[in-house]
Amino acid sequence: MKRARVAYAGAIHDAVEVRGMLQLEDGRLVNQKDVVWLPPVQPHTIFALGLNYADHAKELAFQTPDEPLVFLKGPNTLLGHRGVTRRPAACTFMHYECELAVVIKCSARRVKAEKALHYIAGYTVANDYVVRDYLENYYRPNFRAKNRDAATPIGPWLVDVEDIDDPMDLTLRTYVNGQLIQEGSTKDMIFNIPYLIEYLSGFMTLNAGDVILTGTSKGAVNVEVGDVVVTEIEKVGKLENTIVGED
Amino acid sequence: MVNCIIRLCGRAQPYEATLNINENKLKLHNEWMTIDHFALDIPITGTVYGTLLNYKGAISKLGEAVYEIPYKKPPEAPILYMKPVNTHLAHGAPIPLPADVQELEVGAALGLVIGRTACRVTKASALDYIAGYTIANDVSVPHRSYYRPAIREKARDGFCPIGPWIVEKAAIKDPNNIGIRVYVNDVLCQENTTANHIRSVEELLADVTAFMTLFPGDVLLTGVPEGAPLIGAYDRVRIEIDGVGVLENPVYPENKSMEGENQ
Repeated sequence: MKRARVAYAGAIHDAVEVRGMLQLEDGRLVNQKDVVWLPPVQPHTIFALGLNYADHAKELAFQTPDEPLVFLKGPNTLLGHRGVTRRPAACTFMHYECELAVVIKCSARRVKAEKALHYIAGYTVANDYVVRDYLENYYRPNFRAKNRDAATPIGPWLVDVEDIDDPMDLTLRTYVNGQLIQEGSTKDMIFNIPYLIEYLSGFMTLNAGDVILTGTSKGAVNVEVGDVVVTEIEKVGKLENTIVGED
Repeated sequence: MVNCIIRLCGRAQPYEATLNINENKLKLHNEWMTIDHFALDIPITGTVYGTLLNYKGAISKLGEAVYEIPYKKPPEAPILYMKPVNTHLAHGAPIPLPADVQELEVGAALGLVIGRTACRVTKASALDYIAGYTIANDVSVPHRSYYRPAIREKARDGFCPIGPWIVEKAAIKDPNNIGIRVYVNDVLCQENTTANHIRSVEELLADVTAFMTLFPGDVLLTGVPEGAPLIGAYDRVRIEIDGVGVLENPVYPENKSMEGENQ
């Protein structure tokens, strides 16, 4: 099942995909074009991974980390499918990051990797923009670069865990204005999803609805105002976002 | 006497109370009682953000290192981190000492509780966005490097005691000149003042909301002073902030911390 949260006709609804349409909880079938897409999840805690693909780490001239590079993000960052993200006027390098997002199903503490699947509700797509101009070497990636308002589009769907046979073998693609510009596979994650759940739950409790953004592969290219950025993960979804200026 | 917002264990709604810090009393529904009489719960509901290196002493302790690898230069914008919901802990509840750790650092922090949506606020109007103040103990596993986000050091369960209440904004005349003291087992271990902030409360709110929005109920910690006291199993840590109150928690080995404690 593919689940969404949408605004339609003045109210917020949970919806599921039915034959290309959206079915609201009350049974109404509505066209996907007629809704405002909201983030499909409302997490308490949003985890993100840096340098979790060997090719991306190399591209940024970093050594492969020997422990996951984890940072947290605030709820101000999340944005729905077909939303707009603002590019600071003065910046020179802002890039997308197509990431598989894992949504936690239930309270998880000291979970072993072998059991990790039981703690996953499903998956969605995230595009975790960074403004590299603002990177500083304190708690890097720092919030000014990575925790900006509406700079983490997520969605469109939360896809149930049962519907994805192998989350560690999915193709990631990013298109800018229709042109394929980034392609990778979740196979190339340095720390895979079961390991990340074991690692994080080893020192803290994960809660239902929490999200782990698992990092991006090689292919980071600057985006400009007006660009339409589509991040796509095989079987999970195609997330569209448009870059706008500060005004 | 100042007005404050409290939350009580077992009650879903917040309560407005009157606080007399000197006499250690709260007035609820026209009746004064000692604070210990109340089972006080976590008073805040939003996201808690911490600020790194906002005390002059903290940055000067780094010294020339800020020009060296990995930092290369001093911080420019505010450096923030989060204390996620699993870290939030009520006044009086035991701080869990993880089995793999001997000692923890105490981070005595003033918390700005946001009253209305704060996005790109000016320094001049910054205080208008504050509903009140609280106290946080930004507990950390001691770590020396600030290069990478310290999630494993700062985001463990129970690592952010916060409260015991939110005092109304009017209770604090000047948030940039209030004393902070930390006692471990009743011994004074740290003393500092928000006068030593690098960014004042107003500057911090302006510089943070220049790149991210703070929502009503969110809490921005203004920083922790240098020289963090260390605490270990069965210590009691008390943070006093002038005009805001006293936040006290014991430290228990984590396998015992869920058992609670009768005060």
